[in-house]
Amino acid sequence: MAGIYIHIPFCKKACYYCDFHFSTNWKVKDELIDSLEKELELQKSYLNGETIETIYFGGGTPSVLKGEEINRLLDKINKLHHVTKDAEITLEANPDDLDAVKIKEIRQTAINRFSIGIQSFFDEDLQWMNRAHNAGEAKSSIMRAQDAGFENITCDLIYGYPLLTNKKWKENIQTLIDLEIPHISSYSMTVEPQTALATFIRKKQQPAMNEEQSAEQFLMLMAELEKNGFLHYEISNFGKEGWLSKHNSNYWFGKKYLGIGPSAHSFNGESRQWNIANNYKYIDTLANGKVPFEQELLSPIQRLNEYVMTSLRTMWGLDLEKVKNNFGEEYSEELLHTATQFIEKQWVKHEEQKLFLSDTGKLYADHIASELFIG
Amino acid sequence: MKNIRNFCIIAHIDHGKSTLADRLLEYTKTISARDAQAQLLDNMDLERERGITIKSHAIQMEYKVAGENYIFNLIDTPGHVDFSYEVSRSIAACEGALLIVDASQGIQAQTISNLYLALEHDLHIIPILNKMDLPGAMPEEVKDQIVDLIGCDRDEIIPASGKTGLGVDKIIEAIVERIPAPVGEPDGPLQALIFDSVFNSFRGIIAYFKVLNGEIRKNDKVKFVATGKEYIADEVGTLKLNQEPKSVIKTGDVGYIISGIKEAREVKVGDTITKVDNPGEAIIGFEEVKPMVFAGIYPVDTEDFEELREAMHKLQLNDASIVFEPESSAALGFGFRCGFLGMLHMEIIQERLEREFGMTVITTVPNVSYKAYMTKGKEEIIVNNPSDLPDPSKLDLIEEPYIKANIITKADFVGPVLSLCIQKRGTIVNQSYLTSDRVELVFEMPMGEIVFDFYDKLKTISKGYASFDYHQIGYRQSDLVRMDIRLNGDPVDALSSLIHRSNAYNFGKKICEKLKELLPRQQFEIAIQASIGAKVIARETVKAMRKDVTAKCYGGDISRKRKLLEKQKEGKKRMRQVGSVEIPQSAFMAVLKLD
Ligand SMILES: Nc1nc2c(ncn2[C@@H]2O[C@H](COP(=O)(O)OP(=O)(O)OP(=O)(O)O)[C@@H](O)[C@H]2O)c(=O)[nH]1
Ligand code: SF4
Ligand SMILES: [Mg+2]
Repeated sequence: MAGIYIHIPFCKKACYYCDFHFSTNWKVKDELIDSLEKELELQKSYLNGETIETIYFGGGTPSVLKGEEINRLLDKINKLHHVTKDAEITLEANPDDLDAVKIKEIRQTAINRFSIGIQSFFDEDLQWMNRAHNAGEAKSSIMRAQDAGFENITCDLIYGYPLLTNKKWKENIQTLIDLEIPHISSYSMTVEPQTALATFIRKKQQPAMNEEQSAEQFLMLMAELEKNGFLHYEISNFGKEGWLSKHNSNYWFGKKYLGIGPSAHSFNGESRQWNIANNYKYIDTLANGKVPFEQELLSPIQRLNEYVMTSLRTMWGLDLEKVKNNFGEEYSEELLHTATQFIEKQWVKHEEQKLFLSDTGKLYADHIASELFIG
Repeated sequence: MKNIRNFCIIAHIDHGKSTLADRLLEYTKTISARDAQAQLLDNMDLERERGITIKSHAIQMEYKVAGENYIFNLIDTPGHVDFSYEVSRSIAACEGALLIVDASQGIQAQTISNLYLALEHDLHIIPILNKMDLPGAMPEEVKDQIVDLIGCDRDEIIPASGKTGLGVDKIIEAIVERIPAPVGEPDGPLQALIFDSVFNSFRGIIAYFKVLNGEIRKNDKVKFVATGKEYIADEVGTLKLNQEPKSVIKTGDVGYIISGIKEAREVKVGDTITKVDNPGEAIIGFEEVKPMVFAGIYPVDTEDFEELREAMHKLQLNDASIVFEPESSAALGFGFRCGFLGMLHMEIIQERLEREFGMTVITTVPNVSYKAYMTKGKEEIIVNNPSDLPDPSKLDLIEEPYIKANIITKADFVGPVLSLCIQKRGTIVNQSYLTSDRVELVFEMPMGEIVFDFYDKLKTISKGYASFDYHQIGYRQSDLVRMDIRLNGDPVDALSSLIHRSNAYNFGKKICEKLKELLPRQQFEIAIQASIGAKVIARETVKAMRKDVTAKCYGGDISRKRKLLEKQKEGKKRMRQVGSVEIPQSAFMAVLKLD
């Protein structure tokens, strides 16, 4: 079982905090879609014929695609791979794209899950982020999708930026709960280098993010969603039973995936590779029948460390038994040994040969993972 | 003897000594075009890379003038003030000096100090106006300066260029005609002055000398007067591009001796070589080189201490001017307290450890050498290390070394230079106009004040138009204190410094601010304090880490994030722990670079 990720590198405008690969120049959109098809063909055997369980259109902004363009890509995938009948097929969408026409179009494709980039239900916050939508569109897009019959919807929310008071934060969470959204991904505002936000802060036109605020709002988020029956199944992901994201979970389970499109990453169990993050070069190289990527082979220790890092973030925890079987007993023992200090502090729980993060531990996931790393 | 000419090349830094030496070597066909490379005598990697001369270099040339064969012994000297003792010994081995002045820069501080050294030894000076090819050359103006300075005739000054070769023939002519041949007693007891030594991994230490009286033969039993050690002269010879063994080196000539010496410390620049049988007296002027600046040097990895010791020993083989003794620090483990000739020398040693031995080191806050006098019995204690400073209650007084600093600058910058020097506790003792636009300022100031950033500041305030030279003038009483840095109450010994009380507040504040920037947040709050004794003079706080978790960890993030965490772990391994606080290396180093 494996997954396919397709990167759609176009956006209407650039959000100040964003460091994903995208372009606001749409001139090459058609050519790029042709190239995605070409890449799908060239990479046909990357997954060794494994059955496709999930497909994910990410970006950028995949909701800029027309229904027929989505269909073209899905048809191509179906031709080249065996896709399970009940495959989870997600489309990331921005609220401003989801008018009645677009939703109807998408309803007629095989897309069965929406990931909507809400971020906030407050106009001033959305403007501060330089998002393309407003608060009204945030709410109406969700309701329109639900009215059209989409049930499997996840929404993104951002917290931990100066403008977001705890009161507003609680309201944002509550709005999604009231709308009966079954899945929420929520991220602390991160200042990535080489973004507009980083520049504003460096030039002191904006205050820096506040760690205390971010920690507090993360704890609020966990408390609110838990109270409302969400499973906190990964640091930034919450879902009702039965509505967890299969595609994303597979990343953390170490399953294989094929990434198509500029900047997309692929993993085949032994190596990772990533495509060039440049639309023109991507198109040109594929026009010459080649996939423009760089590759990195993972040593067993690197694979183990990746497992430590990703599994600890999930509710399934770090399985020491699995480490013992797949990597060797000395490693499972070393991990447990290093973890002792965190178990004593109650940042980590040790149950049934597994290590889990406590709620406080979740605030220090990186620190703990890095300490546990082998090597 | 009458056809030997011994001369050195002296100048301010970068005025073109080494380049002009290249031209002389080519002109006399000592080197062929095949061997030629710029600043040939600067044969250390570091010299080539930095474009500066660190050690003196000697080479012999043969040249026929008017049917007569002449032998020229040339010594190229370093310009930087850290190495001025070496320059003084090279000068002592010569009868003449080429005084080089950059025609675009004019007389600078080291031009003057090196000239005086040469005059003290009665050297005949040949003034050379170099870099005449530069568009910015100001020949007439600089000639005026030279005439004023040395009182020579205007037409004695030879216009030249190390770049184009202009004037090289005139220089050769002048060497023959103006520099006197050495004098000495060929039949007297041997007296040879050691002016340099080099290390050769096959042959051991090779000493360079000039024979003042008598002669030295292969297999002679010789004695080094200052060390009292005796050797057999296994090999003697002259210094061509390669060493050329000879059976004898006679009065007035320059040569080398190999005698199975293993340690550079046995060969002291300035020492006298004589014969065991018929000993001559020591040549006057010998001094032990005294280190001026002290700092702790520690391996980045505590386990590398033995390797560091090994490396320091090897360095000492070819640089006898470094001294070191083991010391230990609670924060940094085992290392060495090292003495250097100055800040450039310290930098060079650090760099050589890195490139020649692959040893990355942590250097602690440098200080000069102080003298402390105890109340009881007036006992004198040398303080080279903050931890050596006795308890203030038992101290009668402390003295710090003073220097006389000569600064030459443009008239426009006299104001800023004055205020800088006064800020550095200096007092002006003389001010004289060299020309209407150039001023020489003489200060007396504490040497400790020039250790940190004096030279950089001087350059900045004078827009590069200031040159600086100094020499020690003895010790004076001082209000010296030890400033300690504490993290959550625990002192970090490696961050202690010796400092004048009037600077302590400012310096303490800067260090605390810098540390606040460099200490990563930890799980608890960290109080940073600077204190003198029990009195806290500055403080800062690093708040506790409240959160350390990446938001996104999807397919495209995993690889990058793993590398980030691996790096974090790697960095942590190299941190040093004091009490419960982990300190990155950068924190130890950064205090050297406070602005
Ligand atoms: N244009 C020009 N440049 C020169 C001349 N002589 C030297 N230089 C340049 O000046 C710089 C310094 O030359 P060096 O010969 O290394 O000077 P130095 O006096 O030996 O320097 P230190 O040993 O460090 O005191 C180099 O970049 C040379 O290329 C010259 O006659 N004309
Ligand atoms: S819409 Fe998404 S991908 Fe595009 S700029 Fe905004 S955050 Fe980035
Ligand atoms: Mg030189």
